[in-house]
Amino acid sequence: MTTDVNTRVPVREQDAEVRAHNFEEVCYGYNEEEAVCESTRCLTCKNAQCVKGCPVAIDIPAFIEQVKNENFEEAYQIISRSSSLPAVCGRVCPQETQCEGKCIRGIKGDPVSIGKLERFVADWAREHGIRPEGPSGKNGKKVAVIGSGPAGLTCAGDLARLGYDVTIFEALHEPGGVLVYGIPEFRLPKEDVVLKEIDNVKGLGVKIETNVVIGKTVSIDELIDDEGFDAVFIGSGAGLPKFMNIPGEQAGGVFSANEYLTRSNLMKAFKEESDTPIYRGRKVAVVGGGNVAMDAARTALRLGAEVHIVYRRSEEELPARVEEVHHAKEEGIIFDLLTNPVEILADESGWVSGMKCIRMELGEPDASGRRRPVEIPGSEFTMEVDAVIMSLGTSPNPLISSTTEGLEVNKWKCIVADEENGATSKEGVYAGGDAVTGAATVILAMGAGKAAAKGIDEYLRAK
Amino acid sequence: MYKIVKKRVLNEAICLMDVEAKRCAAHCKPGQFVIVRTDEGAERIPLTICDYDAEKGIVTIVFQVVGAGTLRMFRMEEGEYLHDFTGPLGKPSELTDESTESLKSKKILFVAGGLGTAPVYPQVKYLHELGVDADVIVGAKTKDILIMEDEMKAVAGNLYITTDDGSYGRSGMVTKVISDLYDEGKKYDLCVAIGPMIMMKFVCKLTKELGLPTIVSMNPIMVDGTGMCGACRLIVGDEVKFACVDGPEFDGFLVDFDQAMKRQNLYKTEEGRKYLLEQEKETHHGGCGQCD
Repeated sequence: MTTDVNTRVPVREQDAEVRAHNFEEVCYGYNEEEAVCESTRCLTCKNAQCVKGCPVAIDIPAFIEQVKNENFEEAYQIISRSSSLPAVCGRVCPQETQCEGKCIRGIKGDPVSIGKLERFVADWAREHGIRPEGPSGKNGKKVAVIGSGPAGLTCAGDLARLGYDVTIFEALHEPGGVLVYGIPEFRLPKEDVVLKEIDNVKGLGVKIETNVVIGKTVSIDELIDDEGFDAVFIGSGAGLPKFMNIPGEQAGGVFSANEYLTRSNLMKAFKEESDTPIYRGRKVAVVGGGNVAMDAARTALRLGAEVHIVYRRSEEELPARVEEVHHAKEEGIIFDLLTNPVEILADESGWVSGMKCIRMELGEPDASGRRRPVEIPGSEFTMEVDAVIMSLGTSPNPLISSTTEGLEVNKWKCIVADEENGATSKEGVYAGGDAVTGAATVILAMGAGKAAAKGIDEYLRAK
Repeated sequence: MYKIVKKRVLNEAICLMDVEAKRCAAHCKPGQFVIVRTDEGAERIPLTICDYDAEKGIVTIVFQVVGAGTLRMFRMEEGEYLHDFTGPLGKPSELTDESTESLKSKKILFVAGGLGTAPVYPQVKYLHELGVDADVIVGAKTKDILIMEDEMKAVAGNLYITTDDGSYGRSGMVTKVISDLYDEGKKYDLCVAIGPMIMMKFVCKLTKELGLPTIVSMNPIMVDGTGMCGACRLIVGDEVKFACVDGPEFDGFLVDFDQAMKRQNLYKTEEGRKYLLEQEKETHHGGCGQCD
């Protein structure tokens, strides 16, 4: 085991050539010995900067102290007081820009692997049957949570711990939101990690009703007026996919990343025995450069295709996490940068046969400070592909805002909510996560769910 | 879990089920649909709502066996439970927004093809309950696959039944009946056509010539049915629309049917294979030409 305090204990991973052909988890995580060794690198700062970098403010030095002492159960309870989904966050948070980005060890060497330690503690607790501590009593007040993604689960978990009677309403047949339909198995195992973590939230007394589409099956106003809910939290996310609106986009073999990933992850189409079909292309283009694009590309690769990421800016501007880009490259994903599709070509039967693209160069920085991609005239060329996955981002579904009286939205159809406490323009209705911000990260949604739980608690105490 | 309280086999491939789904039943309106999953691991299948009873908490669905999922559902019995039942989804028929007075001033013609009879029924029933009697044309390939004749007769103004082979009622396609009715001096203000895409396409071709505005209900491939994936996207008047949230009903003169039919066929072979495998087990490997 390493003794250099400036270097983090490396984490074991599945070999790239092997994992490119299966859906098993890429990263194996730390074992006890590795975790304890890494934990000793923590300086247990009094005024810990890492905690300030964590959107749900986990007491990081305190839980790492318990890992040092090999008291993993106590470490888990410390994390659980702040987070309902530690096994998820330890895996999918962009720690480099959050807790680990602020770690003092990072100045001279590697920051402490906070994410991997959190993951170790959560996995250890699960394997040893340790569950989070429940509420001490019930206060008799009912709160409805719309959406069972990271924002909703966090808000529900926090409110349940405060003694509220919480019911989550989920439109799909399984709870978890993007954790089950969006993020693939090889990054976030469903049965072993996501479902168990949701079971822990249920263990706090939270009820989950699936197959309820708010705005269709029942409205928010009815929940308040007819079903006696004292407050509502909207964590319905941003699930509406964007398309490019270029010619040929309706051809067979053109998918939104949401459709492709939902088929594979939620409907388990990657397994032979699943009823839901998925197209296993020979050569697939994924358009976009975010984490969702990486997930779609690595899924298509595992389904047997040669996969190209087509992105209009350069590598430096890729919005995906560095770790994801690195993993994608290791597995053999080809990056076609500074390239933008202009038309999708189809064969006689209507199936994709190619994609006409144009080369780009970077111009002057725009208002957001990013260099704007500009087309190079005359540089068009045709890529031969048999499937195209559009991963251009998503926006909130207007279904809830259009069916709830007096709920203010902005021009992007995002619900307007107070950043501090999640309050919307409608009394007793709170919102957070992608429904408010547009597509962002799991941990930011959790932070918003946490803030709203506090806001709802303050509102109902004062009422 | 959602209990099947009644099952009625209408013919060898079509079946009607009353399903207990309280929240859904309380909010159903004509023109909407549900998504059903029979069991763990099954596909999400979009099905039109055929009838509903808010007081009893019952939603009635009709479906035809076309693949592995619907075959498993066909084999389920009264007292068994569907794993998932989501809805009502989609926009209700625009007719439900109109005042009774305005509806009474209109002559409305419904054209139902095959299984399309099921989603036409709640609309005709809705109008009938408001005292508006709409004419209905029901078309089927043969007499054997005609469904819901008595139910429809009870709520329709004039009911015209036609079979492609002339084995029952009038003879020929639904488009022939529309032409014949116009020849007989009938005239309508609005047509609602629901059935296979090819039928709706040809109805629209004819009604456009007749100057008869026509609403169609589209049935593309769907996955979630809540607007999050775009599998059901269509071109309507040069705009991309998601049938599950913007529809399923659209102005038939604006729908690009050829594009929609191409998209419809995308998974046909793969689904067909699974269906054959489940129905005929190993014996279907008799040189169907589709399988390895």
